Amino acid sequence: MGKVYKYGDNVDTDVIIPARYLVTSDPAELAKHCMEDIDKDFAAKAKPGDIIVAGKNFGCGSSREHAPIAIKGAGVACVIAPTFARIFYRNSFNTGLPILESDEAAEKIDAGDEVEVDFATGAIRNITKGESYKAEPFPPFISKLIESGGLVEYVKSQKG
Amino acid sequence: MGMTMTQKILASHAGLKQVKAGQFIEAELDIVLANDITGPPAIKEFAEMGVKGVFDANKVVLVPDHFTPNKDIKAAEQCKILREFAVSREISNYFEVGEMGIEHALLPEKGLVVAGDVVIGADSHTCTYGALGAFATGIGSTDMAAGMATGKSWFKVPAAIRFELSGRPGKWVGGKDVILHIIGMIGVDGALYKSMEFTGSGVARLSMDDRLTMANMAIEAGAKNGIFPVDEKTREYMKTHRNKNRALAKRIRAFKPDGDAEYERVIDIDLSKIRPTVAFPHLPENTKTIDEVGDVEIDQVVIGSCTNGRYEDMKTAAKILKGRKVARGVRCIIFPGTQQVYLDCVRDGFAEIFIKAGAVLSAPTCGPCLGGHSGVLAAGERAVSTTNRNFVGRMGHVDSEVYLAGPAVAAASAIEGRIANPEEL
Repeated sequence: MGKVYKYGDNVDTDVIIPARYLVTSDPAELAKHCMEDIDKDFAAKAKPGDIIVAGKNFGCGSSREHAPIAIKGAGVACVIAPTFARIFYRNSFNTGLPILESDEAAEKIDAGDEVEVDFATGAIRNITKGESYKAEPFPPFISKLIESGGLVEYVKSQKG
Repeated sequence: MGMTMTQKILASHAGLKQVKAGQFIEAELDIVLANDITGPPAIKEFAEMGVKGVFDANKVVLVPDHFTPNKDIKAAEQCKILREFAVSREISNYFEVGEMGIEHALLPEKGLVVAGDVVIGADSHTCTYGALGAFATGIGSTDMAAGMATGKSWFKVPAAIRFELSGRPGKWVGGKDVILHIIGMIGVDGALYKSMEFTGSGVARLSMDDRLTMANMAIEAGAKNGIFPVDEKTREYMKTHRNKNRALAKRIRAFKPDGDAEYERVIDIDLSKIRPTVAFPHLPENTKTIDEVGDVEIDQVVIGSCTNGRYEDMKTAAKILKGRKVARGVRCIIFPGTQQVYLDCVRDGFAEIFIKAGAVLSAPTCGPCLGGHSGVLAAGERAVSTTNRNFVGRMGHVDSEVYLAGPAVAAASAIEGRIANPEEL
């Protein structure tokens, strides 16, 4: 269960982690500056298990894997949005940041709500409001990738 | 059901006769690319994969272009990781400062990408190479590492939007104005997960540099890739830019969409109707024509980048700046995309024009575009820039603003000290 931080549409990778901090890929270092250009207190406030809920096209812009790494480094357990930019979508799986697509959850969840997520079923429970929402299931190929422990493990298993 | 250009290229690289939108495939890669920001994490992941070596030392390209020439000690350390990896793995295509350029200006120029290729790059603007009739898309560092290890990558075959281009663009209208116009029309997620395929009689009216600019910004509409058909201009470009190293000689494969290829949408664009276009802060979709911009005073002009750092962009800027002066109080920074473009600027007299106009001619680098170095904005400052993103804080302080435009509007704005119409100079 985590507390929700809510943002609008088209949250881009430059605000998730500004380019001026891309001189390292250390999660703890990147986490210190996560979201600072749109929410300068986020890094200090976010606690392990908290959840980001945002509008459409989350993570648009750059291919920097530093973006999901920064979010994960800040302790965020999950990002929920109606849609994700495609490179951010791939990068999230590859770096182990759970993300869920749900129009309903993104619309109905408010900042500060306490939310619980079941990744196995895609069920999203809003404790504060007493509501439940359903996330889009992952395509089978993505599920396989997650099951094998991400892309690095997948490549290891392939080389035999 | 027929296939789009993109689907045909993907099918050919997956060893399949037919693919359809939504299908997951594994495709062979012709080029795997990274830079000094995305390369070091990829190198770390690559080591964790425990593979012997890269799949093909001729097909991995490493370009330290973002924070180079090294902007500070931390950036220097990142570049060192890239350099040492390139040396130890005998990567043929590592481009050191002095021979490097901005990756997406450099690779087509060096003939490292040709029509029919499948390219992944750990940089979102990898989609630039679609101008050559290749499938090229941005990925992150882990995907890059896997590609470097295996020579393959997984893709979800994209659906497509077709842009049927007609007419001839006006005098000061270039590829940048066309793509900004399109993004303004469909939005920054208007082509999310999809291909943008540009076809029609208007394609022939666009130069290769125009097409490279347009494909470059497909990502700014959320697209997986942007792609142009191969025509006489493409073939001429690839001939002129053939790689001199025979080991790197490439087979050109031109793919045409099937007559019955499925497109989710077909959008007609009359190039003759497009006006010089500016994207206002803080999204590339916030476009206005030059006739609608009003009075916007500026502090800085940036001309260059992977979007507009090619020869024609420099030539356009030179035409406008010739015999004129940059407005007092405005900093005009011009950075050619590659060493070759820089040399062409010197050879053809553009360098002298720029310097006499009061602009600074800077080394090829991504620096100013992403607020890295060599042109960072202070609080409250405004820039007109030929780069590709105008997000909050993109070029510096969180309270600064970036207005995206083509080189003609940018150069005219440098002279006037406000966003200006090149037609009115």
